[in-house]
Amino acid sequence: MLTKRIIPCLDIKDGRTVKGVNFKNLIDAGDPVELAALYSDQGADELVFLDISATAEKRKTFAELVNKIAQKINIPFTVGGGITSVEEARTLLLAGADKVSINSAAVRNPALITELSNAFGSQCVVVAIDAKQVDKEWVVHLVGGKEPTNLSLFDWGKQVVELGAGEILFTSMNNDGTKQGFANKALQKLSTLVNVPIIASGGAGSIQHFADTFLLGGADAALAASVFHFNEITLPNLKQELQAQGIAVRS
Amino acid sequence: MSKVVIIDYGAGNIQSVQFALERLGVQARLTHNKEDILSANKVIFPGVGHATPAMKSLQAKGLDKLIPTLTQPVLGICLGMQLMCSFSEENNQNGLGIFGATVKKFLGQEKVPHIGWNDITLKKSNLLKGIKKNAYVYFVHSFYAETGSETIAITNYGQNFSAALQKNNFYGCQFHPEKSGELGQKILKNFLTINK
Repeated sequence: MLTKRIIPCLDIKDGRTVKGVNFKNLIDAGDPVELAALYSDQGADELVFLDISATAEKRKTFAELVNKIAQKINIPFTVGGGITSVEEARTLLLAGADKVSINSAAVRNPALITELSNAFGSQCVVVAIDAKQVDKEWVVHLVGGKEPTNLSLFDWGKQVVELGAGEILFTSMNNDGTKQGFANKALQKLSTLVNVPIIASGGAGSIQHFADTFLLGGADAALAASVFHFNEITLPNLKQELQAQGIAVRS
Repeated sequence: MSKVVIIDYGAGNIQSVQFALERLGVQARLTHNKEDILSANKVIFPGVGHATPAMKSLQAKGLDKLIPTLTQPVLGICLGMQLMCSFSEENNQNGLGIFGATVKKFLGQEKVPHIGWNDITLKKSNLLKGIKKNAYVYFVHSFYAETGSETIAITNYGQNFSAALQKNNFYGCQFHPEKSGELGQKILKNFLTINK
């Protein structure tokens, strides 16, 4: 049986792990290679590294970091943050990443999704969507949540899959940083509309929140950062509890 | 010292396979040189991406003719394994015909790609020796090889498919041993210790 995945996410700035709360207030949370190895040993199913460095020079540092991570860890990982072309994606994949995640660039240039999918296969292409519920609508936002678009989460979600996305990483901006649980209603709706795996992101605060996103949100994977970085939830404990609730996880 | 080569034909992410072997203390060379491949003790044939460009790249290098003639242990991984089959529904692409299996697209209710950790049911094979029941390995693929007499491990995702294949000296894994944690390392180690 295919198991539900638990994915610690490491935001990387200048080669270090940081975590934004509501996409602001960055706190240093350690060395990414060490942290990656630790999570891998503890039973993480996959890892995500998001580069939030702004400059081209720092991006080169990121590719070098990706290479170090690939050397050290033996579980799959996705990299993202500022990828705008097939060539940039290729550099990171050749450095050892398994998948690339694109976000703002996909909205600005939807053809990029297809180009990446044609070049590397759809299984390599994660489209990350940051959305915020405004009144009743889930509005897609860009640039780490700063810039609203006129796209709805659900329309955009369907569109990215048609264009070749192999996976959707949906972050609810309303939930992110709150530790009040994932946006399960929106996740559930999204999962009825698309036939690719969905990674739930934003809002993890307790073990029950993970259970809920699998049971109520229909998520295929759940991503979190600070609860893991600050040791509020440990992976072995989390998996044990999920198993006890009848959720299939890799033990 | 045993010589291990990884066939380099432009397929993505072969460095992960190389790193996994490094973690086992083996320096594997990336090559598409025929002599280099023929003289190796072990050959790894990786791959991610689309069947057709991969096959074209093999043909351009003459590797499509070479690989089926190899007599040392050969391990195809993911698309590598699929290319070793007879035919793929991915763009109706003919394969190398080493395995009789055909490669099909998932068409059930399940989400595609099949991404994540799934368990394997094992048949007796030196590739999977010492692997316990209900072991979880990492998959990421949209096409699958049917089960048949060459199947040495089965996984269920909507339906049963071949998680691993073997015919004579040819082995194939649909999953990624290089990304399947300690268990994957064990499978790679098994492959490295198979006697010709």
